[in-house]
Amino acid sequence: MSLLTQDRAAPSAFRRGRRPGELTPGAGLGLGVGVLWLSLLVLLPVAAIVSSAFEDGFAGFWAAVTDAEALAAIRFTVGASLLVTAVNAVVGTLIAWVLVRDRFPGKRVLEVVIDIPFALPTIVAGLVLITLYGPTSPFGVNLVGTRAGVVLALLFVTLPFVVRSVQPVLIDADREVEQAAASLGASGYTIFRRVILPTVLPAVVSGSALSFARALGEFGSVILISANLIGKTQVSSSYILKMIESQDEVAAASVATLLLVVAVVVTVVLDVVQRKAARRG
Amino acid sequence: MADVLTRPTDPTGPTGPTGASGSGTTTRPAVDPRVRRARRRTTRTAWVLRVVAVGYVLALVALPVASVVQHTFADGLAPVWDVLTSEDFLAALRLTTVVAGIAVVLNTVFGVGTGYLLVRYRFWGRRFLSAVIDLPISISPIVVGVALILVYGTYGWFGGALEDAGLRVIFALPGMVLATVLVSLPLVLREVVPTLEEAGIEQEQAAQSLGANAWQRFWRVTLPTIKWALAYGVALSLARSLGEFGAVRVVSGSVAGESQTLTLYVNDSYQEFGPDAQRQAFAAAFVLMAVAVVLIVVIAALRPKEEKA
Repeated sequence: MSLLTQDRAAPSAFRRGRRPGELTPGAGLGLGVGVLWLSLLVLLPVAAIVSSAFEDGFAGFWAAVTDAEALAAIRFTVGASLLVTAVNAVVGTLIAWVLVRDRFPGKRVLEVVIDIPFALPTIVAGLVLITLYGPTSPFGVNLVGTRAGVVLALLFVTLPFVVRSVQPVLIDADREVEQAAASLGASGYTIFRRVILPTVLPAVVSGSALSFARALGEFGSVILISANLIGKTQVSSSYILKMIESQDEVAAASVATLLLVVAVVVTVVLDVVQRKAARRG
Repeated sequence: MADVLTRPTDPTGPTGPTGASGSGTTTRPAVDPRVRRARRRTTRTAWVLRVVAVGYVLALVALPVASVVQHTFADGLAPVWDVLTSEDFLAALRLTTVVAGIAVVLNTVFGVGTGYLLVRYRFWGRRFLSAVIDLPISISPIVVGVALILVYGTYGWFGGALEDAGLRVIFALPGMVLATVLVSLPLVLREVVPTLEEAGIEQEQAAQSLGANAWQRFWRVTLPTIKWALAYGVALSLARSLGEFGAVRVVSGSVAGESQTLTLYVNDSYQEFGPDAQRQAFAAAFVLMAVAVVLIVVIAALRPKEEKA
């Protein structure tokens, strides 16, 4: 008891005479090093991309992103990413539900298999898909050089995002509310729409945002199965690579800037959604 | 209305409407018939959902992965062994180990240090700092590579000066390390931060009041608290670092035996065509896959421990 009151009397036991959480000299030094490292690693390179994109003014940037080849790549990438994100939002939530609420033999294996796309190097993921859905396919399904093949690769690498973001929310969800709804005569669909969906929605949104960002910038898993056909299956990231390799820095940086803007928007959306969810919880 | 809500419909709570413990329901007294009906209905729906979920994961992940294993060993062990003992493969393996090792160490130090600062201190720009750390996860690996070239390449902002000083970054080891660090930057930090937040500062304060210095507080109090979260974060970033392809592809020249990591080795071999090259690609891919699966199992084993702590 006396310890507790002592604690309250001196709230900042870390350093007397400082407010709690105020930086000590040592912490300040550490922060300085951290910020310097982060600047060299993230801030400067990001600034370099944006500044190279606008090297020839806005006209240069605009010309680069409206170039026919660039535009086709951007359009296809955005379209495929949107499609993949929509599929993930639905199927990911469904898989999370099955993993949390269902019990069947082999469920632990399924848990591990879901994580494979996270840990598998992207180029190996590409090779994996091309083995089963490429020219040597045992089902006779050859998706090499098709847009469906690219979508398949994107679905593969983004599979865990929604599942892993919805799963913990479902585990924590209060089942008594669902049971109360059922006892009041609500149908399964109504319970899903009025009780479960509102609970998991923030998690679905943040998982979808991550999977959209990932799909938009994906390169390794796509490159083998897409065959990189210009105007058909070329994705933005492989267009950027082609431009930087042919020394066209403005073109590469311009399209990269577009992808960067999306990455920033996604980071902000995630931050807002998580803050909202934290405030409610 | 109120009496329906207050009626004890299902006192056991956690065993829920999917009827996972069917035997339990008989021993329980009065279960609302509407709840029972809803349970039966969900069971049927649950079956459909189960089949869809398992089928989707099977077709998308499990089958393709299994077929690569089969493809790799189609001609038996000997050709795979030949690839795994070839000079180029071993050089690629060495390079990948070095790059991933350095990247993981850097990210662990940065993650624990910055994570600690973010949780324990309040300072101007704290939220911005946290957002900047998360940013690389959403950036395309190709963009990461291009960004590094624009700053550290020969014609980049600092590249020329650094090369005059004798330090080549792009198309050399430092560039590959930077690219790998960047793509796995927040992984350790994001695992450590929630654990630190949950643990609070009482124990550290107690240690300090007993005369422990900063290093002792960290080594004896903070580190044991976060060790499982830290191990989890390290495993995640190791998996990511070993497998990075896009960003490394941009900043490395990918010269066989010199600047070719394992993932680049897989890609370059596959692009070469011909049965030998294919075999190389599959053997190396199999090694990467095996490592990935081992890491997943380790990660899965770490997860419950982290929750218990």
